[in-house]
Amino acid sequence: MQSIKNHLSLVVALLSILFSIQIFTIVDRSIEAYKEKLAMNYSMVVVSQKNLKTKELRKQHKLISYLEKLSPDSIIKKLDTGMSAKNIDFLKLTLPKFYKIKLTHFPTPSELEKLKKSILQIKGVKKIESFETTHNTTYKLLLLFKTVISTFSFAMIVVTVLLIFKELRIWQFKHNERMNIMGLFGAPVWLRSAVLFRLSIVDAFIASILGFVMFSIISSNKWVLDQFKTIGIEVVIFDPIFDFLFLLVIAVIVSILLATFIVLGHKEEV
Amino acid sequence: MDKVIVAENLSLAYSSDETIIKKVNFSINSGEFVFVTGASGSGKSTLLKSLYGALKPKEGSLVVGGVELKGVSSKKLNFLRKHIGIVFQDYKLVKEWTIEKNIMLPLIISGYDKTVTQNQVDSLLKHVRLKHQAGKYPLELSGGEQQRVAMARALAHNPILILADEPTGNLDEYSSQLIWNLLEGANQQLKTTVIVVTHHIPETMTIDYKHFHIEYGEIHAVN
Repeated sequence: MQSIKNHLSLVVALLSILFSIQIFTIVDRSIEAYKEKLAMNYSMVVVSQKNLKTKELRKQHKLISYLEKLSPDSIIKKLDTGMSAKNIDFLKLTLPKFYKIKLTHFPTPSELEKLKKSILQIKGVKKIESFETTHNTTYKLLLLFKTVISTFSFAMIVVTVLLIFKELRIWQFKHNERMNIMGLFGAPVWLRSAVLFRLSIVDAFIASILGFVMFSIISSNKWVLDQFKTIGIEVVIFDPIFDFLFLLVIAVIVSILLATFIVLGHKEEV
Repeated sequence: MDKVIVAENLSLAYSSDETIIKKVNFSINSGEFVFVTGASGSGKSTLLKSLYGALKPKEGSLVVGGVELKGVSSKKLNFLRKHIGIVFQDYKLVKEWTIEKNIMLPLIISGYDKTVTQNQVDSLLKHVRLKHQAGKYPLELSGGEQQRVAMARALAHNPILILADEPTGNLDEYSSQLIWNLLEGANQQLKTTVIVVTHHIPETMTIDYKHFHIEYGEIHAVN
């Protein structure tokens, strides 16, 4: 019972670190997916005196995905006050060209600024409408959301690390006795510490497996999936191979660090 | 006769301002049974600690089993300790290990193979009359039984030297006698050098022994 209790305290601490990291990963993935969605819906309008080609623009800036010519018909229709067909054709020729520019991803405000400058350098380009205000508000909202979640995750990790340090003191006390006894019979440091390292690696595995089970359940939960559907994005909540391995590596590193601190802090009783 | 321990002008201290043992000279031959007595706080346990390298000499020289302990490296100290068996008043058994595993400890550290280790542990468990308790944990045993486990552990790797710090201090008469018999047996049958720190030398001792008394930081040979 005592042994389970000892394991549990480190496993719970490790699990909360893994939980914070995975939540942060999910939020990051969601924001990236949402940014992609925004990029798909977002476009700029360029007014140019001469014809523009996608290739030419892409040379100017890699952020540009493609270019779509806008028909001037709707504008002409508004101006149509009984003009002859000949005059309309003439008007069409003299009117500047309107293009809709699609981007590869949702740009940051500074990327957007750079993009505008580089497009304006192209000969013939007269005006760009980037709908900056709307763009910046959406982007800032996204950033705010990410910052809040990052801060929350960071605070959770800090609290957990403090918990782990408390646990470390208990472990130090508990393992010091055995390490001292082993030392009295000539056990080298690696042998004295072997039990400790084995225990911490076992705890790291237990925490990772619990994390795997927990996130597998979450990722197949209907309510969670519905939330993502509502905002119109698809996100990998938990990759059973990549994410599990990542969490396992983190847990092993944290627990090995913990064990190393104990071994380094061990002093032979006099 | 080979000398197992040689101390020359040996001073021992826990801090720089108070010296517990002051420039003492003594030697102990292989196969001797030695008692170290003295009042509480006289430095008996301090001397014993220095013999297994837990306390390094402040001054002078201390050679145990051919190893100079002044400025000894941890590698050499571990090597020496593999040839020493230690018994403490508070037993110092690993509480989360079974009796069997506790006795195995010196054999595991010395790298004995599994069969040898198991045979040796079985024979020691019989020797200390605890065969039926092999799977139990230290806290499930009485004080006397725990000390017998500690004795078995000290004997497991056939050490050249057994150091015992008030081994019967916490025991009743019956258990104390069993411990004295085990220590005498190790000395007589295995020719192991035994050094015992104690307040009183038991009257039942049947073998020849050397007696050192510590007073005011000095060691006096009584016999």
